[in-house]
Amino acid sequence: MTTLTISQPEIIQPGKLTLLVRYLRRNKSLAIGLLLVLLLTAFTVIGLLTIDTSRAYPLSVPAKQPPSVEFPLGTDFFGRDLLAATVVGLWQTALIGVLAGAVGTVIGVVLGFISAYFGGPLDSGIKGICQILTPIPPFLIQVIIAGSLDKRSVTIYTMAFIVVLLSWMGPTLVIRSQVLSMKERQFVAVAKLSGMGDLGVIFEEIMPNLLPFIAAAFVGQVFAAVFASFYLAVLGLGPLREPLLGNTIWAAQSQGAFFNGWWWWPIEPAVGLVLILGSLALINMGLDELANPRIRRTE
Amino acid sequence: MADLLELKNVTKIYTRGLLSKTSTTALANASLKLDDQQPTIVTVAGESGSGKTTLAMLLLGFITPSSGQIFYKGQDISTLRGNDRMTFRREVQAVFQDPFSVFNPFYTVDHLLTVPIKLFKLTTSKTEARERMYEALTAVGLRPEDVLGRYPHQISGGQRQRINVARALVLRPKLLVADEPVSMVDASLRASILETLVGLQKNYGVSIIYITHDLTTAYHIAKSIIVLYRGAVMEAGNVDSVIKEPKHPYTRLLVDSIPWPDIKRRWGETEIKARESELAGDGTGCKFASRCPYAFWPCKEEPPLFRLSEHHATACYLFEQNPRIESEQLSELLPV
Amino acid sequence: MDTVLQIKNLQVSYYTDAGRATALAGATLSLNAVEKLGLVGESGSGKSTMALAMMRMIKPPGRIEGGEVIVSDIPVTSLSDEAMLKARLNLIAYIPQGAMNSLNPVMRIGAQMMDALKAHDVKESKKALQERCMTALESVDLKRSVFRMYAHELSGGMKQRVCIAISILLKPKVIICDEPTSALDVVTQRQVMETIDRVQKEIGAAVILIGHDMGLMAQFVDKVAVLYAGRLMEVSTVEEMFTDPKHPYAKALINSLPNLDNKGVFKGIPGIAPSILRLPSGCPFHPRCTQVMEVCRTKIPELITLADGRSVACHLFSEEA
Repeated sequence: MTTLTISQPEIIQPGKLTLLVRYLRRNKSLAIGLLLVLLLTAFTVIGLLTIDTSRAYPLSVPAKQPPSVEFPLGTDFFGRDLLAATVVGLWQTALIGVLAGAVGTVIGVVLGFISAYFGGPLDSGIKGICQILTPIPPFLIQVIIAGSLDKRSVTIYTMAFIVVLLSWMGPTLVIRSQVLSMKERQFVAVAKLSGMGDLGVIFEEIMPNLLPFIAAAFVGQVFAAVFASFYLAVLGLGPLREPLLGNTIWAAQSQGAFFNGWWWWPIEPAVGLVLILGSLALINMGLDELANPRIRRTE
Repeated sequence: MADLLELKNVTKIYTRGLLSKTSTTALANASLKLDDQQPTIVTVAGESGSGKTTLAMLLLGFITPSSGQIFYKGQDISTLRGNDRMTFRREVQAVFQDPFSVFNPFYTVDHLLTVPIKLFKLTTSKTEARERMYEALTAVGLRPEDVLGRYPHQISGGQRQRINVARALVLRPKLLVADEPVSMVDASLRASILETLVGLQKNYGVSIIYITHDLTTAYHIAKSIIVLYRGAVMEAGNVDSVIKEPKHPYTRLLVDSIPWPDIKRRWGETEIKARESELAGDGTGCKFASRCPYAFWPCKEEPPLFRLSEHHATACYLFEQNPRIESEQLSELLPV
Repeated sequence: MDTVLQIKNLQVSYYTDAGRATALAGATLSLNAVEKLGLVGESGSGKSTMALAMMRMIKPPGRIEGGEVIVSDIPVTSLSDEAMLKARLNLIAYIPQGAMNSLNPVMRIGAQMMDALKAHDVKESKKALQERCMTALESVDLKRSVFRMYAHELSGGMKQRVCIAISILLKPKVIICDEPTSALDVVTQRQVMETIDRVQKEIGAAVILIGHDMGLMAQFVDKVAVLYAGRLMEVSTVEEMFTDPKHPYAKALINSLPNLDNKGVFKGIPGIAPSILRLPSGCPFHPRCTQVMEVCRTKIPELITLADGRSVACHLFSEEA
């Protein structure tokens, strides 16, 4: 029997860090998106640690001051230090986004997996509910709910809840379709032949391969949550006392900021929002490329 | 002497459609017996649509028959539970065709070997497990250091398929279903993989059901052969007689179309009637009748098996002067 | 018999993260009209690369580094991109592996064939073009009604024959078939190969069959070229290759094939083919060669022509010469 084994010449694999850096150089959206998020996070964290956050609330500092050394972003009509307001606002926006995003993603993953893996009437049920709820315009429902709540009971957490209510269907359907295709793959059959039970197959075989999709779904959910909280706040439906970015714009608009020459007031939250949403969108595009090897650009 | 495996009149029908159902018989009334004490290699040969993949899925317990039963060591496999089911799982294994798709791209190739060792408790310690893996990988002609720790896309197709076969060595099943194990592998590697499979049978007492459409490799390693067409048995018996002296018109067409790597044996002159292969038969009578140049009036009825010699039978009315045998007696034809 | 294809010292490289890989290192061969050449090699040996290079379809990070491809006296490698577009299908046709799966599922077969004709500015009336398509379908043994059918209504063999029909629409001089029957069963395979044979004789083209099934080569081709790690190792007639192979790799390959006379005998080739990223020094086959000599480890053997017209790249023969 021919058992002569010839050694294969060593192909030196570049280290993991080098591969990561090289990949980020190619996947520019992901790189820039991540960088922006990093900068925003740094800004927020440093801000929370150094600035007196009580200045983000009304009547804490002289009002209507343009940007100066003492108040780098100026102050608003109600006497808020806008720098503090921006820092706290970013933090709260992030909180809503991540909270709603995480809840939406978890629901999506759990329901998507159960639906696809076990099939049958459970699958038809979950799929049916998703398909019925999807065409409902979330904006409409969110406005109705937020509008009918007592002003005092609107907090960051209620906002997060309102947002998740109609956003969980997306991830559910996406994860479901991925699991459906993946459970037919031959490595799942081989795992079963190797003695693996259903739970093992779900968590050890299928789940790891879905991480890019789950990550993309999470980013998408965070984006939707941040955007929803923004437009609800701009309409005046948010927790009015908190310096949420959308609230600041609503307040600026209701006081006629531009007409009165207080230009710095609405511009800052607007820029902040563009940066957040922009970075999330870039990360989403970058993850899209990662999850779909066919779009991956070669060297 | 218990039977390792017994298929009793197994039929599998697939139905499609919501309102007007169309049904396809993937496998019709198949019977087979494999002896526990005498491991052998049986080839199930046929084109795509012949039912060979359905047979593999049934044997592995992935699908259930529409009628008939499959017995493993005397027990109906659809009734196996708990420990018995685990034993069945451990002792009935497979080697699949596509070397790449059996690997989970998230893990290194070690995963394919470590998972069954752990779940079937094949060894008692990590070192023993590693030893067993090394042994198996070396036996298939690989250097363990070259492949362990690598991801599936980092090694070649030939190496991947060798690891697949190494998995069978590690598990040492009683029954191995090999579904086209070398068809996606380069010619120069086929010989060594086939050699390993034969070694499994000779040295470890593994019975192998070798499923293929390639009669050259089938001839090379199997002792007996069953030729399927559209789910029905056309011819069966000793591989030498069936391939060197095929009797059924379908087998003759098949054997004639084998591209032997031998310039003295060119493709035959057998005419391929009905140039377009029929996509849907009408269900009754001999399945090959519509393509058969010798079809005549009795072919409207499904032909039984006619015994031509001790180890050769064919389901064709051209041979009806020979004694009939029931499909359950198919295993008598297969030499060990 | 005129020479319809000439490949001179064709070189292709791929530039990857892990370095530069020489996919094809200077291939030279020629082919006459109505001749069939079999290009054999393991995966990664360079056979598909050679075909793609002939069609100038090598995409970055791959590049044609040098050499010439001349089809019917036209230097394909130096044509402009526009001229090359016209040359494809017109001069050289390529049937890729799994071609039957690349038929557009939402267009009728006829529409796809007409597409090919229109892309080449064939100045004929619509009726005449349709007639051309139908004739092509008939020459591959398909009914004219296939013109109006969709791909999913046809079997694998029929789809493959449609691809052959498309490839002969403009009567090219060279037809390259890349593993045309790998997904087909034995009987359909024979049907498809016999179709290619007949069609080739009708239009007087040369055929290059790429594959690794030596049996198929024995049945179909006139000449066989063996590639290993991007290099041509031997080019002989099919009779010579199967009865008296010269190169040790070719010899080992022929010996490993199962046939009716060697039941139970297994003679695989030990070791594995090298990755083109890290080729061994000297002859790429030397680590696995049973007849290896000192010079093989250091010097790459050139492809030389022997007295009987065959070509071999092996030091066993350069010493004698």
